[in-house]
Amino acid sequence: MESSVTERANADSSREGENDPLRGYGREELHGFLRRMLLFRRFEEKAEEAYAIGKIGGFCHLHIGQEGAAEGCIGPLRDDDYVVSAYREHTQALAKGLDPRHVMAELYGRSPGVSAGKGGSMHIFGDQHGFLGGHGIVAGQVPLATGMGWAIRYREEDRVAMCFMGEAAVNQGAFHESLNMAAVWKLPVIFVVENNEYGMGTAFSRVSATRVEERSAAYGIPASVVNGQDVLEVRRHFEDLAREVREGGGPRFVEIRTYRFRGHSMSDPVSGTYRSKEEVEEQKERGDPITILRDRLFEADLLSHEELEAMDQEVRKEVEEAAEFADEAPMPEDGELYTHVYSHINEHGRLFFDGRDR
Amino acid sequence: MAEITYREALNQALREEMERDESIFLMGEEVGEYDGAYKVSKGLLEAFGEMRVADTPISELGFTGLGVGAAMVGLRPIIEFMTFNFSILALDQVLHSASKMLYMSGGQLNIPMVFRGPTGAALQLSAQHSQAAETWYVHAPGMKLVTPATPADAKGLLKAAIRDDDPVVFMEGELLYNVKGEVPEGEHVVPLGLADLKRQGGDVSIITHGKMVLAALQAARKLDREGIEADVLDLRSLRPLDVDAILETVRKTNRVVYLEEGWPYAGVGAQIVSIIQEEAFDHLDAPVLRVTQADVPMPYAKNLEKLAKPDASRVVEACKKVLYLD
Repeated sequence: MESSVTERANADSSREGENDPLRGYGREELHGFLRRMLLFRRFEEKAEEAYAIGKIGGFCHLHIGQEGAAEGCIGPLRDDDYVVSAYREHTQALAKGLDPRHVMAELYGRSPGVSAGKGGSMHIFGDQHGFLGGHGIVAGQVPLATGMGWAIRYREEDRVAMCFMGEAAVNQGAFHESLNMAAVWKLPVIFVVENNEYGMGTAFSRVSATRVEERSAAYGIPASVVNGQDVLEVRRHFEDLAREVREGGGPRFVEIRTYRFRGHSMSDPVSGTYRSKEEVEEQKERGDPITILRDRLFEADLLSHEELEAMDQEVRKEVEEAAEFADEAPMPEDGELYTHVYSHINEHGRLFFDGRDR
Repeated sequence: MAEITYREALNQALREEMERDESIFLMGEEVGEYDGAYKVSKGLLEAFGEMRVADTPISELGFTGLGVGAAMVGLRPIIEFMTFNFSILALDQVLHSASKMLYMSGGQLNIPMVFRGPTGAALQLSAQHSQAAETWYVHAPGMKLVTPATPADAKGLLKAAIRDDDPVVFMEGELLYNVKGEVPEGEHVVPLGLADLKRQGGDVSIITHGKMVLAALQAARKLDREGIEADVLDLRSLRPLDVDAILETVRKTNRVVYLEEGWPYAGVGAQIVSIIQEEAFDHLDAPVLRVTQADVPMPYAKNLEKLAKPDASRVVEACKKVLYLD
């Protein structure tokens, strides 16, 4: 097995003059990272607010605390690369270029929602942007990403398929079957595990015989670990990874160490029997990906308080507009109940059996 | 018209469709080097290469999901299950991914895909290798399901299934692969959703699908010897379902037996009976009876297996019952 990207990255950063975390990125680019993470944060806070007053229903899983992964992993991708995810995917969809207004409208269950109001929080899709869901069964998206990798190889393209999952997904059979096939066929897939330590309310370590980072070794897929709260580390790593995979290097496996600042979903408590309030507060205090980047930019004199304030106002306005758009948008028409079940209604025979054809 | 086996008819359809459209690939266990567990894909690896005829590890869930993912970005996968018994491992991907993708993406991603292989019992394969899987698949909106009984239908329906833009489950029969019949060469497409009256008779209707069509025809011949004429309606496609053809035969004979290989509870026949009583109640002269597998897992012992399986003699009995002849 070739040496992992992390090892090489570490070797690089230990060289003289190359351990500045900001190295290689210009001021505007850095502001972009910060601005997008702020947008993700404010978007999720708005969703939280809307959920609390009943504008959003069902399950709603927030990505607050994990924004570094969305920005750092997806940022280096091309528009025509594929991203597929689980159900904590709002910010990843935004990172892949979906319009916040239409993502918010989906959360509100409205007609101009990205999935026409039929998917909701767990099923955000943006085919035009290569964002292919939003999947609700843990690890169900992993074979799908493998299939996207297969299609890329089949057509001899140089795209990349990126698959996000939570750490609990690595205990599913679908995960192992997929990694094996991706390795056998050298598919251009980056499997990204966002390890926020808890599968709902069960600590990973309580139900797992080995650590996340060890899970691809059985299939010979190079693995690496990055600190998800440091967007620059994530970003730098994924720039390398995307290039390697695009150039035919085969699949890669990355564990992103991160932490979720909210409950598993909006229906769950932030802390309780499975983790303490103190633990969450400590993580928020020292591991907030937005604060970490902000402080670095302050220290390097690459950001002023005024600029930050202006940036925050801007994204708050964008999110506010998204919520207004969603709130004013119409619900799907009743007739939409039966659309999109089949793409082709056959000329002969009955497809629906609830009596509506009679 | 050439007389070929059901197996050869499927092979012809695969070959012709794969020649027509480069986005079609066949994937599954033993489909390539081994020529298929039942030799359906014989010679295809040689003809199309290993990206288009791909041998997989024994990972039904994984390779089925891989197929769905490939379909999401525009390929047209055909996933072969060595038998539909093993497809149950993949049900999550068929149900949650394939059948719901178009709906939950608000119409963005259709899944033009075929899942095929044999369903139902062969001989003495016992509980885990002998079951009809139709109900698991026909249950879900978003799915289509066809069950060809003859070589000609096998070819024509497989072509239609491959060309359909939605996920189609295509169920064959282990005991059908060697059955011979006349099959049109080249372009022969049987549209989904059209039943076929395989035999004309005015006294009683035997409605069935898949391999059981053969048992139904056998029963009809036995009844014929006793002066009873049976309609044998082969549904061919369970979703879309040719309700018009069902109602037509019911109105003609007023007496119906539904024959299927699966279990009775929530079986295909339960749905057919429901439709008949809702839409042709006044045309019935007797309750509709079902002939199914016994409501037990399939036993191994020869005598018990025979007792468990639906067959022509049980169909004859049921027909006589709805005719009030016994």
